Amino acid sequence: MLGRLWTGRRIPLAWLLLTRQPVRLLVALAGIAFAGILMFMQLGFRDGLFDASVTIHRLFDADLVLISPRSSSSVSMAGFPRRRLVQAMADPAVEGITPVHWNLLLWRNPENRSTRSILTLGFEPSDPLFIDPSLQPKAKLLQDRGRVLFDERSRPEFGPVAEWFRSGRIVESEIGGQRVRVAGLVGLGTSFGADGNLLTSHETYLKLLPNTPPGSIEVGLIRLRPGSDAVAAVERLQRQLPDDVTVLTKDGFIAFEQNYWRTSTSIGFIFTLGAAMGFVVGCVIVYQILYSDVSDHLPEYATLMAMGYRLPTLLGVVAREGLLLATFGYLPAYAAGQGLYLLVRNATQLPVTMNTTRALTVFTMILVMCMASAVLAMRKLGDADPAEIF
Amino acid sequence: MVLVSGLRHSYGSGSMRRQVLQDISLRVDPGEVVLLTGPSGCGKTTLLTLIGALRQVQEGSVRLFGQELRDASRSTRLTLRRRIGMIIQGHNLLRCLTAEQNVQMGADLLQGLSYRARRDRSREWLRAVGLSDHLGKLPHDLSGGQKQRVAIARALAARPQLLLADEPTASLDSRTGREVVELLKGLAKDQGCGVLMVTHDPRILDVADRLVQMEDGQLSQGAYAIE
Repeated sequence: MLGRLWTGRRIPLAWLLLTRQPVRLLVALAGIAFAGILMFMQLGFRDGLFDASVTIHRLFDADLVLISPRSSSSVSMAGFPRRRLVQAMADPAVEGITPVHWNLLLWRNPENRSTRSILTLGFEPSDPLFIDPSLQPKAKLLQDRGRVLFDERSRPEFGPVAEWFRSGRIVESEIGGQRVRVAGLVGLGTSFGADGNLLTSHETYLKLLPNTPPGSIEVGLIRLRPGSDAVAAVERLQRQLPDDVTVLTKDGFIAFEQNYWRTSTSIGFIFTLGAAMGFVVGCVIVYQILYSDVSDHLPEYATLMAMGYRLPTLLGVVAREGLLLATFGYLPAYAAGQGLYLLVRNATQLPVTMNTTRALTVFTMILVMCMASAVLAMRKLGDADPAEIF
Repeated sequence: MVLVSGLRHSYGSGSMRRQVLQDISLRVDPGEVVLLTGPSGCGKTTLLTLIGALRQVQEGSVRLFGQELRDASRSTRLTLRRRIGMIIQGHNLLRCLTAEQNVQMGADLLQGLSYRARRDRSREWLRAVGLSDHLGKLPHDLSGGQKQRVAIARALAARPQLLLADEPTASLDSRTGREVVELLKGLAKDQGCGVLMVTHDPRILDVADRLVQMEDGQLSQGAYAIE
């Protein structure tokens, strides 16, 4: 098979056409890579945003989640009666529940006294909250009043809390005029809605927010018995409970949050539009390059046609040029994308990472724009009689 | 092999219409070398491109290897072109390919030959036109005459049954010009290939089996027009 290919091989015309003009090739590759980087960044930001908006949501140890129908997103969670969660316990599939308070509170930076809102979750320290078991021993520290667990991955604007704590200092600060002491550190991560996170006990939370209506919570976590059908349980509970709560699966809870950012804010649209612009700019660049390349070689292509080479053969040559351009333009775009993602991760703590889907999407888009440009550029040759060209 | 009768051709339309060929009839047989001479602008090149299936026939008939070219589809003309070797003015070598690779573009049209066979064939023809020392040179580095010879080697490497040449010796000195023409004639005799050559070069008229004069779009008296 390989031998047949070897003896059947032809002159690598596409390769030679490109490489015998190295400067033009470099310019072309730079243009394609630029378009690729543009798409990588815009799509990366967009996906990163959607991922980042649910950093906390993913951590919860829950199969089902109860929220108020008036809640629209993590930055505006409304309360509902805690009784509903207790009522859910009546369902045979439900194994355990965790009521959670959820609100953005003003945290005073202990270093420069400035304030900034931080996502604060209040829960009963003995209840399971996150899947990660390392929280369990730390939660005990919250049993004392006025103690909080600080997310060490919070943005630096909240102050050097983690550094001070690790160095053995007692870190105290103020929330809503109430003094709190950092009892420990957890690693959760920031999201678009929250620059930092704080965990505290139910009791401390109510002290920080004395106006919370009694018996009201923002999020109810429900754990099902192993082997239960989550979707069926959602339907059952939604039917049994009054309509002042919405029952969601954990995935539904994640989708609820992402959907807010996608549809109710302009962010998703802006980044998608940005990626589309990258695509269009790339198309224009590649088309210009291939078109001038084909125009430049038109008499030569016409000669090949006069010799008896078929138009599809020549199209194949140009298509291979497109493929080579796409491949060699994609590689630097991919590398630069990785580098820029790292930069973005370090600067914003947002989970912007390269994933296979996006890598393939961008490659496909580059390939499409190269191929489409190649075919468009060849139209000129298909229309003409060879004799009219030379 | 080539049978042209009542061929007319004109460029432009309306008042700009200009008749370049008027009632041309011509035949070229296998193994025959036909020279076509005439003042420039008399339509020789147009006739050559029409016979070479590079142009749509407007009026009259051109039969190539027994196939009518008038109203022939694009793909029919393309298939026919594979059996024709064209040596055109301005040689049109591929700038990105070396002399050897250019010739091999011709050899690559042959079906069922291995890469090595096609390459050897290209080298052989380049040697035949006296360029064995310039295999790896780009057209950019070759002189006009050398480029012309590469173009000839390219046309011959495709093993044509009919060779159409437009001033093949124009940019060659008399000795190489002579060699090239002898080469073409040898090809005609050995392989039964028909050769139709447009030329101004009086030095090579003696290789012709037949001489055809053209003037103002017509083949002049004494030409072998078919009855």
